[in-house]
Amino acid sequence: MIHSLFLINNAGDLFLEKHWKSVISRSVCDYFFEAREKAVEPDNVPPVIRTPHHYLINIYREKIFFVSVIQTEVPPLFVIEFLHRVAETFQDYFGECSESTIKDNVVIVYELLEEMLDNGFPLATESNILKELIRPPTILRSMVNTITGSSNVGETLPTGQLSTIPWRRAGVKYTNNEAYFDVVEEIDAILDKSGTTVFAEIQGVIDACVKLSGMPDLTLSFMNPRLLDDVSFHPCVRYKRWESERVISFVPPDGNFQLMSYHISAQNLVAIPVYVKQNISFFETGSSGRLDITVGPKQTMGKTVEGLVVTVHMPKVVLSANLNATQGTYNYDPVTKILVWDIGKLNPQKLPNLKGSLSLQSGAPKPEENPSLNIDLKIQQLAISGLKVNRLDMYGEKYKPFKGVKYVTKAGKFQVRT
Amino acid sequence: FSSGYMNVNESNPSFTLFKYELLKYLKEMLESSKESLKLEAMKRIVGLIAKGKNASELFPAVVKNVASKNIELKKLVYVYLVRYAEEQQDLALLSISTFQRALKDPNQLIRASALRVLSSIRVPIIVPIMMLSIKEASTDLSPYVRKTAAHAIQKLYSLDPDQKEHLIEVIEKLLKDKSTLVAGSVVMAFEEVCPDRIDLIHKNYRKLCNLLVDVEEWGQVVIIHMLTRYARTQFVSPWREDAVFDENSEKAFYDSEEERRVEQSKPYIMDPDHRLLLRNTKPLLQSRNTAVVMAVSQLYWHLAPTHELSIITKSLVRLLRSHREVQYIVLQNIATMSIQRKGMFEPFMKSFYVRSTDATHIKTLKLEILTNLANEANISTILREFQTYVKSQDKAFAAATIQAIGRCATNISEVTDTCLNGLVLLLSNRDETVVAESVVVIKKLLQTQPSQHSDIIKHMAKLFDNITVSMARASILWLMGEYCEHVPKIAPDVLRKMAKTFTSEEDIVKLQTVNLAAKLYLTNSKQTKLLTQYILNLGKYDQSYDIRDRTRFIRQLIVPNEKSGALSKYARRILMAPKPAPVLQSAFKDRDRFQLGTLSHSLNSQANGYLELSDWPAVAPDQSVRIVEVVEPAGAPVFGKSKPGKSDEKFYSDSEEEEEEEEEGSSSEDSSSSSSEESESESESEENSDDSNKSSSSQSDSEKKKKTLKNKKLQQQKPDSKDRYWSHKALLLIIRTKFFLMHIVLSFSNQFVASCRCSLLCLYVFLVCQFDTISWDVRVSLQASSPVFVPETSRELLHRMTGKGLSAQYRFTRQPCIYGNSMVSLQLTLSNSSDQALENIHISEKSSTGQNIHRFNAIERLEPQASVTVSMGVDFNDSTQAANFQLCTKEDEFSVSIQPAVGELLLPITMSEADFTKEQSKLVGMNESSATITMTPENVSSQSVNRKVVSVANLGVIPSSQENIHRFAGKTVSSGCLVLVSVALKDPDAVITINTENTVMASMLLRQFKTALTNSGP
Repeated sequence: MIHSLFLINNAGDLFLEKHWKSVISRSVCDYFFEAREKAVEPDNVPPVIRTPHHYLINIYREKIFFVSVIQTEVPPLFVIEFLHRVAETFQDYFGECSESTIKDNVVIVYELLEEMLDNGFPLATESNILKELIRPPTILRSMVNTITGSSNVGETLPTGQLSTIPWRRAGVKYTNNEAYFDVVEEIDAILDKSGTTVFAEIQGVIDACVKLSGMPDLTLSFMNPRLLDDVSFHPCVRYKRWESERVISFVPPDGNFQLMSYHISAQNLVAIPVYVKQNISFFETGSSGRLDITVGPKQTMGKTVEGLVVTVHMPKVVLSANLNATQGTYNYDPVTKILVWDIGKLNPQKLPNLKGSLSLQSGAPKPEENPSLNIDLKIQQLAISGLKVNRLDMYGEKYKPFKGVKYVTKAGKFQVRT
Repeated sequence: FSSGYMNVNESNPSFTLFKYELLKYLKEMLESSKESLKLEAMKRIVGLIAKGKNASELFPAVVKNVASKNIELKKLVYVYLVRYAEEQQDLALLSISTFQRALKDPNQLIRASALRVLSSIRVPIIVPIMMLSIKEASTDLSPYVRKTAAHAIQKLYSLDPDQKEHLIEVIEKLLKDKSTLVAGSVVMAFEEVCPDRIDLIHKNYRKLCNLLVDVEEWGQVVIIHMLTRYARTQFVSPWREDAVFDENSEKAFYDSEEERRVEQSKPYIMDPDHRLLLRNTKPLLQSRNTAVVMAVSQLYWHLAPTHELSIITKSLVRLLRSHREVQYIVLQNIATMSIQRKGMFEPFMKSFYVRSTDATHIKTLKLEILTNLANEANISTILREFQTYVKSQDKAFAAATIQAIGRCATNISEVTDTCLNGLVLLLSNRDETVVAESVVVIKKLLQTQPSQHSDIIKHMAKLFDNITVSMARASILWLMGEYCEHVPKIAPDVLRKMAKTFTSEEDIVKLQTVNLAAKLYLTNSKQTKLLTQYILNLGKYDQSYDIRDRTRFIRQLIVPNEKSGALSKYARRILMAPKPAPVLQSAFKDRDRFQLGTLSHSLNSQANGYLELSDWPAVAPDQSVRIVEVVEPAGAPVFGKSKPGKSDEKFYSDSEEEEEEEEEGSSSEDSSSSSSEESESESESEENSDDSNKSSSSQSDSEKKKKTLKNKKLQQQKPDSKDRYWSHKALLLIIRTKFFLMHIVLSFSNQFVASCRCSLLCLYVFLVCQFDTISWDVRVSLQASSPVFVPETSRELLHRMTGKGLSAQYRFTRQPCIYGNSMVSLQLTLSNSSDQALENIHISEKSSTGQNIHRFNAIERLEPQASVTVSMGVDFNDSTQAANFQLCTKEDEFSVSIQPAVGELLLPITMSEADFTKEQSKLVGMNESSATITMTPENVSSQSVNRKVVSVANLGVIPSSQENIHRFAGKTVSSGCLVLVSVALKDPDAVITINTENTVMASMLLRQFKTALTNSGP
């Protein structure tokens, strides 16, 4: 399936190659460079590129292109999903997936890639198993390793792969047994000029951090499972019980993982936490413009809105901005033409306002479209959909675990058209 | 940003020098005797490989380390070997014997990794060795090794396609495998080696459908794609002829004539196997893996009846939240789907609204889908959305939107005028590309109804001077020429302007100018004759030969002279022929010829190795080929029912449950089935509403039952238990398991049977009480690998005096260790005889000497006079060397050691007498040790001999047909060596014979048997 993998940075340097079958010359990447050049923006590179003898399927992540070489028919999503899994594994191992961390840990990267694919077909992609095979580097361990010459490769061979619960490693032991669940909801919305909702939906995920000894069997139930009409699960979740009883029953992997994600598309359920009053205008004469933005709370369910940031991609002709913010700070980058207004906490008594003038390139025609605003925000202790975890039960182990649930609402792709 | 950087290093002279030095240095490091230096060298070499530098010169130095004990070093050598073996074939052969040896290793993971590397070395000479290893590994007991074998099949096939026939045999064998680990990999091999051998799938079809949910995600994708192809060849179309793809024809369904026809035709009944596939793939729509969701979606698209298709919509829309690349592929597939079935995605129209932050190719795809979804009802919403897009700063996207508006206008006649007016407004847009695109689209729209729109044509003529984009200018010129009769005054004037600027125009504009001139010459030669000749003269000397050719052609056609023949008579008909309006259709119109979700679909051209999806057969092939005959011993009524596919629609959960039961019964010991856990917890949670005690007891109960279930199975495999007494008991057991199954079935089915379940439960509990006493001894004698005798005596590990109050005793439980296959399990009893509580009792991490010890969980607190029992595992490596370790409390550390008796390093096994003699005959010569002893009279009875032997060593008793010979069998815990012991009584003497490869152990065992059998007493 996957023949080779090349990692290429934003500047076009090919800094790592790995082949699972016979070696393919790196000159195959020239076709990719061609497409890269044509696309201008890295985001616009087509994910599937055809060359005379191969197909290149690539993803762009953390400023790195992961370019895989394919020779025969294969579902493209299979490859794309796998490449993202590789990037996530790197992130999991090294804290971040960047060119420098990959270069620093090139041996571990190679060992990981070797274990993840056999002859181009995925072999071990579960982080629990990989961590048994190859230990992630820590500062202490790498120091010890250089002194003693010991290795990062697990001494014991993993048993998880052989069991029917391939996502969990065996022999887990903790002195403090704890299970935490984070319900994170993101609001995707498009609001039009007048503030009416064009489109809104909620994307939720439940992230779990489970540190429990032995083989616990957990059951998570919700107060209002009917809200969830479209869900996807980590492989550990038993589909049948969800279908019949609407509870999530699973033997968890050890450590951090994403238990499920869900999607609430019914628009009437989606509360919009803030409103934006804006007035951006460019004058025909005098090459200048005005900007006036006010943000206020709308449906916040009595919670405070934090981390409020407004980002505006200004038209190319805007040279500089001379504004005055009643709260927070603003910054206009004349190179990328991005105006960022970092407000912070939203105070309902005194609404934050950003006001002032924009200066445009003289002589250039005024932009015909006003830029749209992207809103970022965060509300702690609230799942905007109203989803509530009812209880978590554990079977199969004797001890009493510590349990915790946290709710956060964030803005996802939240756009206000002007 | 080109490939120029690639040669930088090679072209740098100092690097070549440096490289030489570096390789020499690395070679020295590899040849040193220090592990750490070697490892460091290998790490640097792997770094070189990763950068794409050539390190093949080091091959001889590296390959020497292939048998290294250091796991990391070994792995890195493997990486190197796989990379360069192809280039250094002769040297690579040196390493082969290492792998061959490892293939026989008792550890399954070592066997698997050896096969993995051996098959990855692309050296044609070793093809026979690879073939042999694959065959052997495909029958390995470990499913993990079998999985590796399935991967190796593909490698060998690409190395030597001539092996195909042999490999197909192996594939056939592995397809029968019941392990979920193997399923995905072997189907992958099938797809690569012999995708046309659909006959191999028949017998495994139902099994694959049933296993699917438990297969790992990558395997699921491959299996689903394969099953899609399979189903298209085996089942008849579920799409009724009268309601095929088109939704519109559904209306026609109610026409009286149609209705009669439907009544006459035979109703379609779906093959139960077809239904099975659809039902078992449906839950996978909830997978976190986008490739799995897409695979199921395409399966439904190609196989499901049209009215069931809607379930995939939501999941596909969910994928749009994923990464950019995922969105791209999913949107492509939705685009193809939305052409055929608008209704599927219409409710989710808003999910395809474009954001300013989307990548350009995502935007265009969303636009495509929105256009496909447009109909009379939603067009106004869509057009309003389009208006926003037209203003976008991304001009390429704005242009694409204008084209989309054009498409909507032609497809939906109600809005044609609105669209046209909107587009005309855009003509005054400041941006050139927008205007140009509008002109092109308006041109296409006008072709459909030119007579009503002469004012628009006039308007465009006015704009002409300001438009510079050549395509737009050319379009206007074409419009003028085509409809010159509608604008008789303006057209000649435009031609006049063009004559002035002709030389500086783009080619495409020049061509259209020539066209316009020709058309005007024919309709209005009075005004334009001179202008036309001027333009034709200019064209004659143009630089582009296209234009020169066209000019020559036109001149001959329209200007009559003696040379021009019959053609000029028809000039008017040729040039002014009515032209059909262009059909504006989706770029995805023809993509449905490819299977959705494939690379070929994404590229819109056939990729290498693409397998065509066949059309439905008119008549279904024989269905009986998929029926699997369950090979079952007589007298197993419970399993007789569990044929897959026989399930009733209503009770599908029960049939699946039976499936799982069967799975479990036949799966090997090491794969503790998750499905059993599942059923346990499920039956449990049904009951646990109020009483947790009860639920836990029910759990242990059901565990017990599982075991007995296994026992029963085992017993059925042993035909030589002919005793009537046993068979009577077996019957009772069967009744019991049957009730147990019934219980599970009921707890799964609907709520209304709850009451009758209660009464059945009572009956069941009653029966359990009745039979519990008998079933216990049944188990002991039948369990294949359970110890015959477990000594109760414990030995002291730590005395309370030396342990400052902590005392510890250990005993061997003689059970297979749960912590590792090669460990001996021990039970430790810790007691606190001091007057203070002891805290944090654990085994220190650092102190173990050589042996691998599985430590018990730290005991946080041990109260005075309390004691606690924990279990631990020690890998003694088949030697009686003591395991030394530190037992620690919060304050102190005590060195302790466990010295195992040689008999504890064994695990009992059972085999038939014939097998025993067969194995024994293999282990002769050096592997046999025997001694003659004189028995004490009280030891002569066969019972006492058995008791003595099994108390000394953990061996299993082999049933013997000769009264004076007693046989025992076992294997060593770590290496799994067979140990066979026989005691032949020849009154008063006895001959003890021990056959094993481990001769050291044999002599020690012999000494102990001697003392045991000569001593009197118990």
